[in-house]
Amino acid sequence: MLNSIGRPTAPTAAETQDYPTFTGNKGLQLEQPLLFEIGRADCTGVDFEDVTLNDNALGKFQRDSIGLVGLSEPEAMRHYVRLSQKNYSIDAGLYPLGSCTMKHNPRLNEKMARLAGFSDIHPLQPISTVQGALQLMDTLSHYLLTLTGMEAVALSPKAGAHGEMCGMMAIKAALIARGEAGTRTTVLVPISAHGTNPATAAQLGFTVRDVPARADGTVCVETVKSLLDDSVAAIMLTNPNTCGLFEREVKQIADAVHEAGGYFYCDGANFNAIVGKVKVADLGVDAMHINLHKTFSTPHGGGGPGSGPVVLSPALAKFAPVPFVKKVGNGYVLIEHTSSSASEPRIHLKEDPRVKPEDDSHLAFGRMVAFHGQTGMYVRALTYMLSHGADGMRQASEDAVLNANYIKACLQDLYSVPFDVKFCMHEALFDDRCLNGTGLTTLDLAKAMIDEGYHPMTMYFPLVVHGAMLIEPTESESLAALDLFIATMRDLMMRAQSGNPDIIHQFKTAPHHTPRARLDETRAARSPKLRWNA
Amino acid sequence: MRYHPHSTADREFMLQKIGAAHINELFSDIPENARIQGDLPLPAHASEMSVERQLSSLAAHNVSAGSVPFFCGAGAYKHHVPAMVDHLIQRSEFLTSYTPYQPEISQGTLQYLFEFQTQVALLTGMDVANASMYDGSTAAAEAVLMAHRITKKRKCLVSGSLHPHYADVIETNANLTGDACVRLPADARNAEDIIAQLDESLSCIVIQTPSFFGHLIDLQPIADAAHKLNIIVIAVFTEVVSLGLLQSPGAMGADIVVGEGQSIGNALNFGGPYLGLFATREKYVRQMPGRLCGETVDANGKRGFVLTLSTREQHIRRDKATSNICTNSGLCALAFTIHTTLLGEKGLQQMARINHAKALELRTALQGVKGVEILNTTFFNEFSIALPKPAAEIVEALAARNILGGVPASRLLPAEPSMHNILILAATEITTSEDIALLTTALKEVL
Repeated sequence: MLNSIGRPTAPTAAETQDYPTFTGNKGLQLEQPLLFEIGRADCTGVDFEDVTLNDNALGKFQRDSIGLVGLSEPEAMRHYVRLSQKNYSIDAGLYPLGSCTMKHNPRLNEKMARLAGFSDIHPLQPISTVQGALQLMDTLSHYLLTLTGMEAVALSPKAGAHGEMCGMMAIKAALIARGEAGTRTTVLVPISAHGTNPATAAQLGFTVRDVPARADGTVCVETVKSLLDDSVAAIMLTNPNTCGLFEREVKQIADAVHEAGGYFYCDGANFNAIVGKVKVADLGVDAMHINLHKTFSTPHGGGGPGSGPVVLSPALAKFAPVPFVKKVGNGYVLIEHTSSSASEPRIHLKEDPRVKPEDDSHLAFGRMVAFHGQTGMYVRALTYMLSHGADGMRQASEDAVLNANYIKACLQDLYSVPFDVKFCMHEALFDDRCLNGTGLTTLDLAKAMIDEGYHPMTMYFPLVVHGAMLIEPTESESLAALDLFIATMRDLMMRAQSGNPDIIHQFKTAPHHTPRARLDETRAARSPKLRWNA
Repeated sequence: MRYHPHSTADREFMLQKIGAAHINELFSDIPENARIQGDLPLPAHASEMSVERQLSSLAAHNVSAGSVPFFCGAGAYKHHVPAMVDHLIQRSEFLTSYTPYQPEISQGTLQYLFEFQTQVALLTGMDVANASMYDGSTAAAEAVLMAHRITKKRKCLVSGSLHPHYADVIETNANLTGDACVRLPADARNAEDIIAQLDESLSCIVIQTPSFFGHLIDLQPIADAAHKLNIIVIAVFTEVVSLGLLQSPGAMGADIVVGEGQSIGNALNFGGPYLGLFATREKYVRQMPGRLCGETVDANGKRGFVLTLSTREQHIRRDKATSNICTNSGLCALAFTIHTTLLGEKGLQQMARINHAKALELRTALQGVKGVEILNTTFFNEFSIALPKPAAEIVEALAARNILGGVPASRLLPAEPSMHNILILAATEITTSEDIALLTTALKEVL
């Protein structure tokens, strides 16, 4: 019997008072100094034979000290494990970041990406020694083209914004080929768009013209028509849009833009809502990037690496950048150059890859990256696609949309809905009118969610809605998990609206149960300290 | 299906709650003629075992670097990565978290980024580094754009020392933005006189050391000449391990230092994902692209970290942003910083010395092969040789003998006849004397 030696076996009356500790640690919340405060210049966690260079070929270029510090393996393990414990993650809880698609990341994908036949091959090995990798790229291309109905795909862009750049470069290249690059200098961008859209257009020298949204958050074809003229190169439209709504007039908008001589760039950030439900090609899209790290579950990794393949219409296919894979007989080749062998077509075509050389041989607009793009991410995405299959991918989109609508239905009596729409797509959007009179902001609510164990939703985006709260649960959440989230959100709003000064104070100073309280971002920006200094 | 938690009953209950009769009612805004009826012509869902079988079969059709004598470099390098690195980057809290926009529950990511930025600044000899870019080539292209912003000039000069893919990426950008880009011929024999090419119209020069062909280039006189003409010097490296032994570009006068960080912590991965490193002087920090992590305090006065200077970025500045970039290469940066922490100053220097020693050993062995001309007097772990036959053919012949014997320059520069017989070879700590003996023996047979 444990208690025969005086050891208590049940807690005494519980008290929740926050007692200070000597170490600053709070149980499982462990403080960790900076690496440079604990590391030593002469300490290493890697064993090497000690080589002395008698002779060298370094000329006069040897350096003395670098200033780095090292840790032994056990110390390094503890350092990073302690750091990891200060992060929220999708594996730990619901992560309803709208527009970010924080879905479950299957571990099979990680295991497959680590097969030596994928992870341990060099990008410039002889083509004969990487046939499996090229087949993988070809198969992924086939899936992306089948899912979208588009003509060609450029796999190499390294992230969503890089994919946007690729698509807009293809449009610029097409305008150059038409002799209209000098006159078509305007790109239409709805004000609800991701910031990357105008930034990408501007980086390519285009002038951005805002497209106002309708009262329901969508773009009206008549508004677009009123903005179209000979100077318009393209429209960049997110669909489903950043308010979580499908652009009902997307095809009419595409037709109008095409009629005016422009192209339709579709931001595919929200593709997860429509996989297997919509043929993107039938919407009149000329270029669309697909975030493999959103829709196809490659992990976000705390901010990358992403992967942003771009699908292209027949009008843009021939301008796709190098490299791309081509099937020749029973094998695969990699087309890596824009003009070296003029007989090679420059594009990955969904059916017969043979295109008349005189049509396409000199048109690839160039190269986006060294080597062939994010192959490690291609493996993960294809693993997801094979696992889900056509039926599973459609189901994923349906469940993602179902879950968002369920949240909307269960919260809309307490949370204010900015647009009078019956259904949303894969994300539910609320504004901050429900907080009017409480003295609280969207930020306060978000920080209070953290104390309840949730990562906040996307807040203050899209910009067209005041104090926006954009909730994207994804298909990964069970009904029980959704119900618990909904109950929590309802409790929080009722408390926020209670008017109780203590509760309001609790919101305004939240979070209270995290490794750090609210951080001073103004101070960080005013006098930037971007590195450790002794 | 294993990834979908809902039962049919759950879905029906939820639809009822929503007020929809059928799931397709939620998709009714989609134009009818664009809707997909039924399932697409792709295979149905598959078990984990079945998918594993399919992908393993594809992987088996590749020759992995670790299975043969291996000498490929040219911008991607095989190094030994300690087992701990891959274990740690697969922790849920690192692998499955988002960009640290909510700093109270992202201090783990933010602190390692702050430490990473410090390590990169130290290695490159610069004041500040960002939280990483997509890869070395895109970092170089962004550096050119940054130089254009600083100098208000729009013309760059690209050295023939630069990795041809990097030059292609810079040139592609310039072609489509309307900026000017002058590209010097590939410099296999380190004969380039870039100082003679400088004039005031240039915004920047892009120069790589160790060069694409392995030569070590003295940046100091080039930087001195460039600075007199208000030209930004962008120094590039593709082998970051070299900075363990070589003078930093910062110490030789570079204004922006960019490079590929794959060598530390990251696998070859057939070219990606990789890790762009980007560092510069303090005075240019507000013109930098990419994410930055900075130190601050929380409401209780405790030290903490946040993403900062975001007024440069697209989500705030939109079309006035310094770049459209909204991601970094987080997990690759984590692998880099963990490996660098394990190495420390001492380990990295040892590793760099071993790399150089292996390259010296390889050079000595190749000097004994008839027909091989070594083109380098200086190098780190990689150098170029001229062969009596096209290098691409030799590499294929070596591959047929199960040796991955380097990268033919023509693979990247097919339009330049002078490159056809040039082979670039790298040696690292993984290279054994047996590998070198097998290579030289095979070379003698195929030459």
